[in-house]
Amino acid sequence: MNFETIMFYVFAALIVFSALRVITAHNPVHAVLFLVLAFISSAGIWILLEAEFLAITLVLVYVGAVMVLFLFVVMMLDINLVRMREGIWRWLPFGAALAGLMAFEMIWVLGSSGTPAGKSAIKHAADYSNTKELGRLIYTEYVYPFEIAAVLLLVAMVAAIALTLRRRKDAKSQVVAEQVAVKKADRLRIVKMQAERKE
Amino acid sequence: MDLMTNLMPAGAEIFMLAMACVILIADLLIKQSGRLVTYLLVQLTLLGCSLITVGTHENGIVYAFHNMFVDDLMSDVLKLLTYLAVSMMLVYSRQYLTVRGLFSGEFMVLAMFATLGMMVMISANHFLTLYLGLEVLSLSLYAMVALQRDSAVATEAAMKYFILGALASGLLLYGMSMLYGATGSLELGAVSSAIKSGAADKDLLVFGLVFVVSGLAFKLGVVPFHMWVPDVYHGAPTAMTMLIGSAPKLAAFAFVSRILVEGLQPLVQHWSGMLIILAIASMALGNITAIAQTNLKRMLAYSTIAHMGFLLLGLLSGGIEGYGTSMFYAVVYVLMSLGAFGMIMLLSREGFEADTLNDFKGLNQRSPWLAFLMLLLMFSMAGVPPTVGFYAKFSVLNSVVQAGHVWLAVVAVLLSLIGAFYYLRIVKLMYFDAPESHAPIDVGSDSAFLLSVNGLGVLLLGLLPGTLMSVCAVSVQQSLLLH
Repeated sequence: MNFETIMFYVFAALIVFSALRVITAHNPVHAVLFLVLAFISSAGIWILLEAEFLAITLVLVYVGAVMVLFLFVVMMLDINLVRMREGIWRWLPFGAALAGLMAFEMIWVLGSSGTPAGKSAIKHAADYSNTKELGRLIYTEYVYPFEIAAVLLLVAMVAAIALTLRRRKDAKSQVVAEQVAVKKADRLRIVKMQAERKE
Repeated sequence: MDLMTNLMPAGAEIFMLAMACVILIADLLIKQSGRLVTYLLVQLTLLGCSLITVGTHENGIVYAFHNMFVDDLMSDVLKLLTYLAVSMMLVYSRQYLTVRGLFSGEFMVLAMFATLGMMVMISANHFLTLYLGLEVLSLSLYAMVALQRDSAVATEAAMKYFILGALASGLLLYGMSMLYGATGSLELGAVSSAIKSGAADKDLLVFGLVFVVSGLAFKLGVVPFHMWVPDVYHGAPTAMTMLIGSAPKLAAFAFVSRILVEGLQPLVQHWSGMLIILAIASMALGNITAIAQTNLKRMLAYSTIAHMGFLLLGLLSGGIEGYGTSMFYAVVYVLMSLGAFGMIMLLSREGFEADTLNDFKGLNQRSPWLAFLMLLLMFSMAGVPPTVGFYAKFSVLNSVVQAGHVWLAVVAVLLSLIGAFYYLRIVKLMYFDAPESHAPIDVGSDSAFLLSVNGLGVLLLGLLPGTLMSVCAVSVQQSLLLH
């Protein structure tokens, strides 16, 4: 067993552990932090596979941006832990039985002939640029799915705006253009009246 | 490869995307009262897309974008029918949505993006494009269900749809990654030849196949992956239910047949067994549970589950005939469901949804013509001759028998007999019961005309099914690479 294999098992064990903790952690903030750990461990595996660009993007985008936002949201939510855990003992036997059955089936299929032999990753020389290769592929061979992925983001944007933008009718706001264009006659009314006599 | 030869086959997709972006911007400049302009632009876009699809058609199978995109007769026929279904959906839902304040630019733009997703799915030749097309379609549909923000039922439906849809996508992706690990390719043709060459690990393939079939079953809404269907059909505004229940079934047929028939044909003895279980369970649960429903939308949801079971019967019986009848069934189902949901929208008015069975009581006294159209649609769904539903069921059963599954055909007939009960109950309510309300039925002339065409089409196609049947058979024959 060489060093890389050992590292793979370390990262894989970390992912499984942290993924389990994500769904079992009592405190939602802890769950989010365990999710961050899962992402970082997956980035480690990607580094082992020589996909450095993807690994760094995963850390930058998911850990750096998405999970921080997520953490903010979770911290702001007022989650009632007691109510959330109400039904857990009632459904646990059913869920555990189902999960056990699925695990048994998977082991049965995969265990019948030893570990299935997937294709192993291709090793490259030290001067091979993963990022350059990725950029070349995205804009040539994978340009069609790349464009569709862009459409997907556009749809997400349209959907998010359509679902959350509310124009409040009673909102008070300044209209600068009207304020600037105002004339003396609009604001000032000169009332002629007789001088009042002192009693 | 030359740029134009790459772009030409995908002309309709490019046009649809460009117009969706144009309409998205143009709609900002249009006042709420002028939404009709947006609506007409969308209809024109659909017309333009069909012209482009017909114009760029070439004989044989054309691949583009490094074999990620395929343009063949089946994809062209299915795309044309998709445009038609979406266009009909827009006509039916215009008045319904206007009254409810949902007739917005976002609705129409999201409908266009959903159509684009379906087009991508129909023309995909690669697991990546199949998945991305599915996501574009699903994401648009989730948002459309949730558009009625102040309705708790619609929001709940959107939430359930989103979470279960995401779970299904996860299953599908996991299965695809297994298949990739086993075959080393994501392209359907390469996957198929890698499996045939015997180089791929059989256990890993079957393992991936189970996940792929589960994901597909989730998206089709067949038992035991059907839990989202009734809630979403019931909770969503009827116009959105109509969109979910109609055109995507065509794309789903293309999706399933491309993955299972083109990509995983060498594993046919594995997946046909799974499809048998899914089909029987769906027909049984769908037809029996539908009897207990008092809400028509919920009843139609369970009927969808049963119909999708029937669709799988055609696929699992195999051969050109099996796939052809399956495609025919999908087309006919889309026509019938458009009519049925169109009827619900036509009878609905401001602040009132005609979606319970009681609303159909005595419809014959209120409007004999609408009652007759509903009779045709219900007869067709139940499979009563001479409507097209009978012919669709008959041809699927015929191919099942020819494939040697006589017992399966017998089970399917018995279960559809149970199903006939709840369709015919509506006919009984319309013709033999006294109406509960005498409110005048205020129908828009365009949707009423379309409904008449739709209802009579169901009858006419039943009398003369030959043309549509041969179109389906020929397009399947010329398109699916049966290795």
